Amino acid sequence: MMARIAKPAALLLLLAWATGADAAISGAVVARSTNWTAILMFLGFVGITLWVTAAAARRTRTVSDFYTGGGITGFQNGLAMAGDYCSAASFLGITSQIFNDGFDGLIYAIGFLVGWPIVLFLVAEKLRNLGRFTFADVASYRFLQGPVRSFSAVSTLLVVSFYLIAQMVGAGQLIQLLFGLPYLYAIIVVGGLMMVYVLFGGMRATSWVQIIKAVMLLCGASFLVFGVMSHVGFSFETLFARAVAVKTRLALETGLSPADAAAKGRAIMGPGGFIKDPISALSFGFALMLGTAGLPHILMRFFTVPDAREARKSILWATVWIGYFYALTFILGFGAIVLISFNPAYVDGAGALLGGNNMAVMHLAHAIGGNLFLGFISAVAFATILAVVAGLTLSAASAISHDIYASVIRKGDAEPAKELRVSRITTVLLGIAAIILGVVFQKQNVAFMVSLAFALAASGNFPVLVMSLLWKGCTTKGAAWGGAIGLLSAFGLTVVSPVIWVAVFGFEHAIFPYSSPALFSVPAGFLAIWLISILDRSPRAAIDRAAYPAQRLRSETGIDVHGPAAH
Amino acid sequence: MATPSTPDLAREARLASDPRYIALVRDRQRFSWTLTAIAVIVYTSFISLIAFDKPLMAQPIAGGTTSIAVVLGAAMLAGTVAICAVYVWRANGSYDARLAALLESVA
Repeated sequence: MMARIAKPAALLLLLAWATGADAAISGAVVARSTNWTAILMFLGFVGITLWVTAAAARRTRTVSDFYTGGGITGFQNGLAMAGDYCSAASFLGITSQIFNDGFDGLIYAIGFLVGWPIVLFLVAEKLRNLGRFTFADVASYRFLQGPVRSFSAVSTLLVVSFYLIAQMVGAGQLIQLLFGLPYLYAIIVVGGLMMVYVLFGGMRATSWVQIIKAVMLLCGASFLVFGVMSHVGFSFETLFARAVAVKTRLALETGLSPADAAAKGRAIMGPGGFIKDPISALSFGFALMLGTAGLPHILMRFFTVPDAREARKSILWATVWIGYFYALTFILGFGAIVLISFNPAYVDGAGALLGGNNMAVMHLAHAIGGNLFLGFISAVAFATILAVVAGLTLSAASAISHDIYASVIRKGDAEPAKELRVSRITTVLLGIAAIILGVVFQKQNVAFMVSLAFALAASGNFPVLVMSLLWKGCTTKGAAWGGAIGLLSAFGLTVVSPVIWVAVFGFEHAIFPYSSPALFSVPAGFLAIWLISILDRSPRAAIDRAAYPAQRLRSETGIDVHGPAAH
Repeated sequence: MATPSTPDLAREARLASDPRYIALVRDRQRFSWTLTAIAVIVYTSFISLIAFDKPLMAQPIAGGTTSIAVVLGAAMLAGTVAICAVYVWRANGSYDARLAALLESVA
């Protein structure tokens, strides 16, 4: 089994670097010479994860094994969630943002963390008590399966696609940068490995890839922070004071007066230009806060633990690790200001990072731990992308096989073997689609796509989930159409907002002036569900409302809960 | 969705009408909505402070370099973990104990 899996992947990798070193790269980022330490470290990671996948493949026989991985503890699931959530974009992007602007990077980091309490307080335990494989199990629990499952599947595919495009494009650029691989091969390596994990190991392999990656990321970042803090005598005050001094000196060198330079240096300690107008800031904040509770690949992770109790523990652990991780990135950003700002090996004459905008933490790793540690952190960044992409693919594959094929097309009596086959075929198609999307969007600005994914999840999935769980009056029509209206309004407002209307289509003024739609589209989703439900006088609506007490009882008590696996 | 076993409707009716069940659901719901409101209000205030009073946030504390913004930001990270811990401690503790007692006595 091991050999059967390892061979194609090894071939793929060989193919990738054999041609990698000499290819010319165009585009915004400049490729480095092939980094062998990083490649060897990464191969070590791939070796371990393929071994885990092979072990998981031997035990992945039933549909339940494939979707839920046969059950893990709350602690393990918390780590896997952290692994799923802390993307390479946040590791590289937030540290670099702090390196450039100081405090502003922390606002972003906090936004990503505050969604977790909402997931915990409003949906986690009820989701676990009612569901089996996907969040649509819960959203459609007492409703007519067809419409609500179809909405959930479309919404899942939309959210996952935008998230996936951002990850794939980021992956291609990052790998080209760190390993000296050409963009196309980098994308193929990511797509190919992700297919192997999901195809053979299902959720069990995906969970373990995410857990291993989370541990590597947290250990690597902790070591870096230790290096930074030992440099400043373990005093935050010294760290900040020296960072301000560095920024002041940089400002002086640009010819500012001493007073202006001092003010510019101090500016990194307070909020700067990141939040310009309060409405955009709040809207973006709400997208992050409520979107987390609607991300299908995160919600799916609740079905890997046996009960509501472990589901709650998962979130507590996920919050601990994600919060710890963001605290580390904050220190790393300031550490980068202090340690690499004047080193010509890392920055050019104008103070810009060599090798691209996102490289602050990579240079810091080199400054603290040399080539070996740079290799380790590069391998961690690559592993991070793989883990996130695998989780996304698994949730999209289950939306198609479990929600569309088994529940809508086969009306709930699909043969498990066939359902499993459908999800595996879907995985292959999604892997190919991800590679193609990665290539198509290579030169596009994909920065808005992650926040769009959060806004869509907050405006579609989140209202449907909350209303179906907590409101007796919600009906099939209300959930399916109301959710669709929320989703569409988030999408439509994004299209006519500055990021697309002005930046992509080239119009002079945006119709919708704010950078995120959530402040308007989330209420629109809730309002639409409420309005359509109270106007719904169909016979089905009566059935939906009558079924609420039984659903509520199960969601509160966990009687008849579906176990994570049947063995 | 098909349930794994045939539901015991009589037991469900007894559970649903049990005053301990009604009290448990009411208490837990009140608790989770209170914490949700706290999380939303605290986060909204934090963002509003940044949006409306940047000079205040940039002020150093205790005459040093560390600013109010950094301290509040760190407190946001720690507070988010803490509020989750409070909920899990109570939900997995007293609420789950009440639920277990209820499920055991209503056979």
